[in-house]
Amino acid sequence: MLITCPYCGPRDVIEFTYQGDGNRERPQPASQDLDAWNAYVYDRLNPAGDHNEIWQHSGGCRAHLRVVRNTLTHEISSVAFTRGHHKVAARHKAEGKI
Amino acid sequence: MAEYSAFSLLKNALTGNKDWKPAWRKPNPKASYDVIVIGGGGHGLSTAYYLAKEHGITNVAVLEKGWLGSGNVGRNTTAVRSNYLLPANTRFYEHSMKLWENLSHDLNYNVMFSQRGCLNLAHTPAQFDEFARRGNAMRHLGVDAELMTTAEIARLVPALDVSATARFPIVGGLMQRRAGTARHDAVAWGYARGADRRGVDIIENCEVTGFLRDGDRISGVTTSRGEVRASKVAVAVAGSTGQVMRLAGIDTMPIESHVLQAFVTESLKPFINTVLTFGMGHFYMSQSDKGGLVYGGDLDGYNSYAQRGSLPVVDEVMSEMLALFPGLARVRMLRNWGGVCDMSMDGSPIITTGPLRGMYLNCGWCYGGFKATPASGWCFAWTIAKDEPHDINAPFTLDRFHRGLVIDDKGQGAMPRLH
Repeated sequence: MLITCPYCGPRDVIEFTYQGDGNRERPQPASQDLDAWNAYVYDRLNPAGDHNEIWQHSGGCRAHLRVVRNTLTHEISSVAFTRGHHKVAARHKAEGKI
Repeated sequence: MAEYSAFSLLKNALTGNKDWKPAWRKPNPKASYDVIVIGGGGHGLSTAYYLAKEHGITNVAVLEKGWLGSGNVGRNTTAVRSNYLLPANTRFYEHSMKLWENLSHDLNYNVMFSQRGCLNLAHTPAQFDEFARRGNAMRHLGVDAELMTTAEIARLVPALDVSATARFPIVGGLMQRRAGTARHDAVAWGYARGADRRGVDIIENCEVTGFLRDGDRISGVTTSRGEVRASKVAVAVAGSTGQVMRLAGIDTMPIESHVLQAFVTESLKPFINTVLTFGMGHFYMSQSDKGGLVYGGDLDGYNSYAQRGSLPVVDEVMSEMLALFPGLARVRMLRNWGGVCDMSMDGSPIITTGPLRGMYLNCGWCYGGFKATPASGWCFAWTIAKDEPHDINAPFTLDRFHRGLVIDDKGQGAMPRLH
């Protein structure tokens, strides 16, 4: 399986660390809503089909990526930075590095 | 006379083997049953068997989407053990071990249960201490466990690299002598025949497509072969748990589906006479009666419903095997395959009433479901028949995650890919 890192280009899956379901929403740190915390930690959608998930390019640029991958076919339909990095990527693209 | 015995073999051999009956019938689904079990794998079939045998509930249908035993009961590496640390797990898996020890007689079907032992290798003094702790915890609850020295291990498994120059030198091991292996297909077929002979309808190629409701109560299912009603609907679908629960309107579960691969080599002469696990990675191996080495390693590591694996894990498993057995470098691998595991958030299963009225749930087997097959069905049948859990499965609730009562044997936290 190849994941196309928006910064580094297509790389083998062994360079990446899976960080799981990207649909979960972490409550604010001060939140005392136990149900929301429990849901964040334990509950999963676990779809058979497109799955919104977080990977880290730990063996590369170390960026955190939001990946949409089909859990039946392993086809990846989108990869994006979870946040930030966009300007760096745009600059590298403009400079022809990626 | 038992249906399968030396006498019946001889009699049928003399009469041209014309009188054998199929091991189970192929009935069409009736309009209603007392209990529907969704999932014709090991756990669903053993549930139906114990419902009939222990509780006298024989008006039961087992609905299977594919053919019988096409899922994980036919895809595992067949190890049976009860070497856990936490009391809830130890009691449950030891109950399973005791059922295994009499299973061939009970089913009148040879499941080829072979108590050849399971040896966990320790590669650091700290790991050896941890194994001593686990061994003591097991013995405290009446389960056999013994520590082995490197010299004893070298005598038991001569092919193992026990030298001080090995990549991960072996400092000792924890052995459970009563552990071993069983023939996985025979377990599915034996339970299926036992349930069928007691009146259970095993219906293959019958996919559940939705749930019927009577008010807030589940009252049956819609299937690819029509509607089937029952006042009790039990779900035992392993890796498909999330998909089936979604049909009942439950969108999230404390479960992720991951793929686990397994491998078989060409047949060798007797090479290893125990189930061996590697302590510096995730690798386990035994030798089948046919001679092939049966082994596996870690999950691929990301959510997957594909019953096939990826190459990086193949590479990792082979390197772990060679770290232990350099002499296997030129043995050929014959087959590999993948199964979809229902990885729970604490590595322990769920066997419970609910979560909806009229529904019963059995899931979260991670990759330890095969050894649990007898006790899982036994406890699930009790839970269905009496509408409450037996003491043995009472800790394995669905709401334990939200109540802070997780049973995390490895202490990994809510990271299913690491259990």
